[in-house]
Amino acid sequence: MTASPAAATAPVASEGEARAVLSARGLGRDFAGFVAVNNVDLDVHDGKIHALIGPNGAGKTTVFNLLTKFLTPTAGTIELLGQDITRLPPAKVARMGLVRSFQISATFPHLTVLDNVRVALQRPGGLAVQFWRSLSSLDALTPRAEELLHQVGLDDARDRLAGDLSYGRKRVLEIATTLALDPKVLLLDEPMAGMGHEDVGTVSEIIRTVAKDRAVLMVEHNLTVVADLCDWITVMQRGEILAAGDYDTVSRDERVRIAYMGTEHE
Amino acid sequence: MTDLTLREARGKSSSRLEWMLVALGILALVAAPFFVYPIFLMKMLCFALFACAFNLLLGYTGLLSFGHAAFFGGAAYFTAHSIKVWGWPPEAGILLGVAGAALLGLVIGFFAIRRQGIYFAMITLALSQMFFFFCVQAEFTEGEDGIQGVPRGFLFGLIDLHVPLNIYYVVLAVFLIGVFAIWRIVNSPFGMILRSIRENENRATSLGYSVANYKLAAFVMSAALAGLAGSVKAIVFQFATLTDVAWQMSGEVILMTLLGGIGTMVGPIVGAGLVVALQNMLATSDFPVTIATGLIFMVCVLVFRRGIVGEIYARVFHPAGSSKD
Repeated sequence: MTASPAAATAPVASEGEARAVLSARGLGRDFAGFVAVNNVDLDVHDGKIHALIGPNGAGKTTVFNLLTKFLTPTAGTIELLGQDITRLPPAKVARMGLVRSFQISATFPHLTVLDNVRVALQRPGGLAVQFWRSLSSLDALTPRAEELLHQVGLDDARDRLAGDLSYGRKRVLEIATTLALDPKVLLLDEPMAGMGHEDVGTVSEIIRTVAKDRAVLMVEHNLTVVADLCDWITVMQRGEILAAGDYDTVSRDERVRIAYMGTEHE
Repeated sequence: MTDLTLREARGKSSSRLEWMLVALGILALVAAPFFVYPIFLMKMLCFALFACAFNLLLGYTGLLSFGHAAFFGGAAYFTAHSIKVWGWPPEAGILLGVAGAALLGLVIGFFAIRRQGIYFAMITLALSQMFFFFCVQAEFTEGEDGIQGVPRGFLFGLIDLHVPLNIYYVVLAVFLIGVFAIWRIVNSPFGMILRSIRENENRATSLGYSVANYKLAAFVMSAALAGLAGSVKAIVFQFATLTDVAWQMSGEVILMTLLGGIGTMVGPIVGAGLVVALQNMLATSDFPVTIATGLIFMVCVLVFRRGIVGEIYARVFHPAGSSKD
């Protein structure tokens, strides 16, 4: 209730001085007249976990698609590690170290768990374009892939098809695949959606661990997780930023409570 | 642990069984011309290679092209013209056919990969129809008559291709090399990326792969191999006609691949063999071929969607329950 509109938006700018690895200014996108995202400023810092929350249809996933270049913004600029990436194609942005996960679990269902991770490891060294070599040339990547699987606790599922995993473990596999690229910035679109309690705990721990030496931006609906995990929260509503700050600041914001949290977090 | 070793053992024994079947199949093809009319066998081999090339795109990259006749028939024209008019030896004619088909693939693929699903299929159809009309109008194709009386010549100046057994074994060798090339591409690091694109295109992009480039590469490879099949067919039958560039041919290769089993190495070969055999059988009867193939297609789609080989594979090599939780 003490948070004024100025306090809600000012921290973004002031924190921007601390050299954000990913920052967006005045980001906007309209779909044939419908403004899905309007004037969004966002800064994501190294070693910090940043949450993007808001009611359904607030434009969170659109912001994700804009940041990762799956959609082209109609307004504003995006910088990654000091470089303007506003007009770059998505694969290029991924190669620069900005890697995302998807809202609907994105694995390669008919490949084994090990192969899912190895595919992500193939790019360096030109291993991705060699059509004349046998698959055994990929064996050199296996130790690193196994290490990543171990890191997320999927060692036992190594040879199973990714499509046969439980929902929670698919999401964990997705994170392992993403980590294989050693991204500078990790964008997770609802990593806990549809998960059971024990899985949420596991994934929280994984995210906490990997965020130590990279920046994480996540869309999440589970506010307990957000409160527990995230250093900075941006609240969106109808395509615009409603408030930003740490959990206490945001949760005390009157407009946020009305728009999103209702009364359950008094 | 024991479960894992068991599965590994089963994997090894089933792959040994696969290799034995492949060896048996090759032996059968080597012996076949002593029992079956060679021209008929060569027709089967040409279409089988065509279907395998098509399957590289549909089965392993997830792209349904409705324009592959352009590569098959186009290459046939290039080869026939270079041999008959320019007097090129057969190996050079085949090379030109393959290169021409690859170039056509580059152009058609360049536009088609910009869209997905039905739009992709429609663009390939539209562009291959444009090529069809080019073939109708162009002088070198000799219009409705087609290029007829193409001399078979001597391969490398040595092997007389007029001798039925000689040309049969040359066609068999080309077929085996072509299928091996496809098998190699599918089971390569590059093939792994193609599969990942088929499985989840957005995910592949988010891992930093420029999906369009990989699709285009696969498209050109598929077109070149389809061209190889068309070139060889032109030499076998000693003519190239509009039939091979018409859209019906694009449909036929889809039917062959679906019938045999999408995404299996052997499926398109079996499918092509069946369709060609059926066409041959019905050619002498009053029953219309198109109705027969249409009915087979419906049965295939309704009853065994994985295709003949796909169904066998699912039941013998990966019986239900092997992927139990």
